[in-house]
Amino acid sequence: MDLFIQLTLTGLTNGAILALAALGFVLIYKSSDVINFAQGEFLLIGAYVMFSMLVQFSLPWTVGLVLTLLVAVGLGVAVERLVLRPLIGEPIISVIMATIGLSSLLRAIVSTIWGNQPRAFPAFIPSKPVHVLGATVGADRLWAIVIAGVMLFLFNLFFTRSKEGIAMRAVADDQQAAMSMGISVKRIFAWAWSIAAMTAAIGGALVANIVGVGPELAGFGLRVFPVVILGGLDSIPGAIVGGVIIGLLEAYVGGYIGMGLNQVISFIVLILILMVRPYGLFGQEIIERV
Amino acid sequence: MVSGVFHTSYESDMALRRTPAQKIRIVLFIIFILLFPFFANKYTLTLANQIAIATIGAIGLNILTGYTGQISLGQGGFMAVGAYAAGLLTVRLGMPWYLSIVVASFVTAAVGAVFGIPSLRLKGLYLAIATLAAQEIILWVVTHWKGLTGGVEALVVPDPHLFGLRMNADFNFYWLAWALVGITALLTLNLFRTHYGRAFIAIRDQDIAAEVMGVNLFRYKLLAFAISSFFVGVSGALLAHYRSIVTWERFTLDVSVLYLAMIIIGGMGSVSGSLFGASFMTLLPALLTNAGRALRKVFPAINTIMPFIQEATFGLVIILFLILEPEGLKKMWEDVKDYFRLWPFSY
Repeated sequence: MDLFIQLTLTGLTNGAILALAALGFVLIYKSSDVINFAQGEFLLIGAYVMFSMLVQFSLPWTVGLVLTLLVAVGLGVAVERLVLRPLIGEPIISVIMATIGLSSLLRAIVSTIWGNQPRAFPAFIPSKPVHVLGATVGADRLWAIVIAGVMLFLFNLFFTRSKEGIAMRAVADDQQAAMSMGISVKRIFAWAWSIAAMTAAIGGALVANIVGVGPELAGFGLRVFPVVILGGLDSIPGAIVGGVIIGLLEAYVGGYIGMGLNQVISFIVLILILMVRPYGLFGQEIIERV
Repeated sequence: MVSGVFHTSYESDMALRRTPAQKIRIVLFIIFILLFPFFANKYTLTLANQIAIATIGAIGLNILTGYTGQISLGQGGFMAVGAYAAGLLTVRLGMPWYLSIVVASFVTAAVGAVFGIPSLRLKGLYLAIATLAAQEIILWVVTHWKGLTGGVEALVVPDPHLFGLRMNADFNFYWLAWALVGITALLTLNLFRTHYGRAFIAIRDQDIAAEVMGVNLFRYKLLAFAISSFFVGVSGALLAHYRSIVTWERFTLDVSVLYLAMIIIGGMGSVSGSLFGASFMTLLPALLTNAGRALRKVFPAINTIMPFIQEATFGLVIILFLILEPEGLKKMWEDVKDYFRLWPFSY
């Protein structure tokens, strides 16, 4: 039973962080039909910028986090303006390859600035072990769940209550109709990319706090795919539910079956979902019969 | 004044080489390939062999992605199947190396067809993600099925011999590899003059219209996966025998991305484009390494940041090509030809 609770908590932490990364991914796909293969690198950059703020500039973590988010916004806008906007209307493979190229470029920039040795992250969240229902777990993991939950709640508010959030959903729904209602689609794209970079940065800082900061954080980018396919590529609740399910699944498979199967189980699930229900749990069903 | 190439008969339209200039160029190219090894040193020969292997793989991927329009991120996994199949057949069953290349290619074709099954229901980015999963699953099997592949440890393949010649010596391998490039190119060019090839192109251009015109989508998509994987398998098997060693690190997702970059930079849906792209993506890192060596005396720190420069250049080249010349090197080459044909009225 202890093992079960332990695994559940680990799975929930990973799931919460995956959900944060997936949220940005879904957002970009929803508003601009672009699949972002560089989401993992956004996470990486967020973690390293936060690292610099805390270690090199020794700022308090609140200030550091705000500055990190500002950097993320700048990054999102720059990527949208320089790489994605010239490719509007190009075939899907071009867009996919552009974000893959981007991921390689960003990884190189990160390695040039910060090197590629893993480093310890100054804990800005307490990581003292806590006993929960007989299992022992680091407090930072619990905090990560809480923070991710709060972030997801705030984003949900943003999309349902704020003018920008509603405009964004309008663009996602129908670009032309949104444009005719006076919404600037270009600005919305820039918004989508900045928010994606921001959620990734927060996710990156949370992971870094738990496992330290290193280039392998970018691996989260690939783990996002099973999450978004399971939840539905264009569904924000789907990203959250998918993140939690995949996180738990990986934890349980790793704990009970082992043999490294946890590294690949999500991809097997991915293939099965694609075969049975390609639009995922909550995605919009687009019927096209050939 | 010639304003373009226009065909007035079906024979000339269907010909492999349509104009005298094309015929002259292909002859010059073949002469260059035949003479090259006698003037090359060991380093350039190795590069030429790498280009040959990459070209076969790129043509394979181009059949699937460029001609049939099915985006595949599973290239690395399929190459791994070819390489491990060839290696294991030689080591475990004692099969002659030339036979192992043939059998390994058929094995890869079968595996490719299996992973092509989702393509019936998926297209575009969903298919890209499905093939990404295929890549991860194949590589996981390779590294975890210790009884078959030896897991993460390298598989050592004995040297291939033919008539007392060691075939993985650079000079000998050159002839084998480039002969296979020639055969692959010829087969592929001819494939797209048959009704199979035209069905592939119809699926790429508009799959619903193709289905309406009687193209069985399931059959032809699987066939495209199988034919494409066959050539990818040839390339993987050649790699196994050339390097005498097979490790999983050579077949990661980065390899899939590298090959996609080759066909995008070279030119989608084109055999010559595959050759251009394979050459470009093989020569670019080599060029950067040499430039780094030359600069080492002036700027000693270059050694430590060289891998990052390589990675950044790789990403930048892909992005720049997509934005500035999405049709790739093939289009640039055609622009150059047009410029001279239309001279002095070119614009």
